[in-house]
Amino acid sequence: MTGAVAISLSVNGERVDASVLPRLNLVDFLREHLKLTGTHIGCEHGVCGACTVRVNGDIVRSCLLLAVQTHNASVETIEGLSDNGEIADLQSAFRERNALQCGFCTPGMLMAAQDLLKQSRSPDREQIREHLSGNYCRCTGYQAIVDAIETTARARTGRLP
Amino acid sequence: MKASAFAYARATSVANVLELLSAYGERAKVLSGGQSLLPAMNLRLIAPELVVDIGELGELRGIAVKGSVITIGALTRHADLLKSSEIAAHAPLLKDAVAHVAHPAIRNRGTIGGSLAQADPASELPACMLTLGATIVVCGPGGERRIAAREFFSGIYETALTPQDLLVAVELPVTPRTSTHFFHEFARRHGDYAIVGLAAQAVVTDGRFADLRLGFFAVGDRPLLAMSASRLVGVSITPAVLSEACTALDAELDPPEDQQATSAMRRHLAKVLLTRCVSSLLARPDLCAGASA
Repeated sequence: MTGAVAISLSVNGERVDASVLPRLNLVDFLREHLKLTGTHIGCEHGVCGACTVRVNGDIVRSCLLLAVQTHNASVETIEGLSDNGEIADLQSAFRERNALQCGFCTPGMLMAAQDLLKQSRSPDREQIREHLSGNYCRCTGYQAIVDAIETTARARTGRLP
Repeated sequence: MKASAFAYARATSVANVLELLSAYGERAKVLSGGQSLLPAMNLRLIAPELVVDIGELGELRGIAVKGSVITIGALTRHADLLKSSEIAAHAPLLKDAVAHVAHPAIRNRGTIGGSLAQADPASELPACMLTLGATIVVCGPGGERRIAAREFFSGIYETALTPQDLLVAVELPVTPRTSTHFFHEFARRHGDYAIVGLAAQAVVTDGRFADLRLGFFAVGDRPLLAMSASRLVGVSITPAVLSEACTALDAELDPPEDQQATSAMRRHLAKVLLTRCVSSLLARPDLCAGASA
């Protein structure tokens, strides 16, 4: 019970089998063991949102989840969403609108934004802000991020800006 | 920071959990959604020897309405409460409250049982349990116990749970259709812990309160079911009556002082919430004049 625990999970559609210590957080497992460094580590206590990933379709904080808890789960990271093109338009809107500067928060912002756009086709700015309320950005002041998400929502529903 | 080393057990049944808790006592911690436990462990505020993960116990998950009682399994996530048509229909106060619990990514993991067992005096759900007259269902070495919410919360992070107990469910009376509610909290950022909050449920007849329950949070070491509500029941509400109720409320509060607010600011905001609540529930904007936050 004290030693490493065997886990088997899917990460970005690929089967992963590993043996991990219970204290290992999912974010450290992704970054250190799988070298998926797109998921960032910020505060390590669930406040900043930089480590947001999807587990079984829901966004979660990967600093507040143990790797052992993801046994049999399906984990998707920014690399997965980026490589399969799911958020290509959102990434492009972020780039065009300068919705990032240092980029540290961006993977988490994109995960949270895509989560909102999957649930709500045309969120207003207040709803966008509310859904991103758990993600800190220290560069942009958020306006450009909200703009980029609003633009993407409009484009996806065929509404012109 | 990272949590210190611990042993991990993936529980296979409630009986298995009780067995482990009985053997380890205070050296074990139950892991539900982990949204309070893991931050505390990462910050090294606590370092349990054993973490008992109850995440796989499907029998502790779900919402069921039977007759006049809603039973919510301890592992039911905040996100599940928010999306539930049963909660929206039969406990609408809870739905409004859950929208203020942290952020979407936290609500996808955090559970009602975890929040109540944690008993943070600034969190929303314990106060809702008081307002709604909930019963907390607990399994321990001596069998099942049913504890009224007003007896359950005993201090900052303190409850009637012993280290050998597992919180398994919550029971709420179905909210009558004639009842109305009010929920509001002041926070620096949407989803942050409240500076002061109020979860209220009322029955209004002919412009008067036939019943009024006021559950305040972040005003003391535990959620508070305000006795001063009784001053507003069965009487015609005038600014003078409301002002007297505010004074009585003030005497019931013991608000903490921290980096978010002084004690005096919390006292002020609690009175603002009471005024807004009464004004909103009675649809009397005149009562709200001058109540600025």
